[in-house]
Amino acid sequence: MKVGVVVFPGSNCDRDMYHVLTDVFHFDAQYYWHEKGLPKNIDAVILPGGFSYGDRLRAGVIAAHSPIIKDVKKIAEKGIPILGVCNGFQILVESGLLPGVLLKNESLNFMCEWTNLIVENNNTPFTNQFKINEKIPIPIANGEGRYYVDDDTMKKLKKKNQIVFRYSEVVNGSSDRIAGVCNEDGNVVGMMPHPERAVESEINPIDNKPSSRIFESLLTTMGVSK
Amino acid sequence: MATFSVHVTIENKLGISDPEGDTILNDLVLKGTHKTVSKIKTAKMLKFTIKEKDKKTAQSKVQEICDDLRIYNPMVSKVIIDVFEN
Repeated sequence: MKVGVVVFPGSNCDRDMYHVLTDVFHFDAQYYWHEKGLPKNIDAVILPGGFSYGDRLRAGVIAAHSPIIKDVKKIAEKGIPILGVCNGFQILVESGLLPGVLLKNESLNFMCEWTNLIVENNNTPFTNQFKINEKIPIPIANGEGRYYVDDDTMKKLKKKNQIVFRYSEVVNGSSDRIAGVCNEDGNVVGMMPHPERAVESEINPIDNKPSSRIFESLLTTMGVSK
Repeated sequence: MATFSVHVTIENKLGISDPEGDTILNDLVLKGTHKTVSKIKTAKMLKFTIKEKDKKTAQSKVQEICDDLRIYNPMVSKVIIDVFEN
């Protein structure tokens, strides 16, 4: 169960993600620099949060042209689980692996606060241990987190069950309060909130168990008993 | 080959909210004496310097770059390209 954590210039949540994967959930995780390729036997890939290339031009767009994204696209086609968190989500969107776009928050502020997610799709490698409508207390930390899709894409997202998470209330002006989506096959998931900051009771003042189920879902997908 | 300055303006498509433009309008301009202003749109501008055989080729080359490299996100933005001969 090899999990790759992709590192771009400006990633700053890669170590938190690696710590949670290895120390909390005992995955065999490894960092992969964006200029290198991914091994063929990888079982899952995570694009962590941060500010790749300083968010220049548009959050995620320059990283989306990195050499490693070609491999990420190849393994996405094979159905291997891929998770993008925050800047990782922005990179997945800008690379065309996920639909939509992340715009500046409606307030134009960088938002760093606890939110509640509602699980809308429990049929992905990262949500299969949730019940539909289950609530997840989880922090956000972003300036460009307002998910937007046009009307036609929104219809398609709903029809294909690609909305994975919604905020329980309006947070940043996202279309239909969307906080996370998946591709049509369900194996590529992107989310703005940070599960790696919420799975340990020491740093989660509310409840760390719901966020933990994101990683437990991946363990289940890989056939590892918890 | 001539050198051209190509200005690429990236702005939101119609219907995409522009809270920064709205704030500049409502909380700065309209709070002063400039009551005739009805709309402000923010945009980002990139200035390319490029050597091409003529103005038309310079424009099409920059458009191609913008499309290929997703300099703008076509779901929410459009580009306006102006070419100036140096």
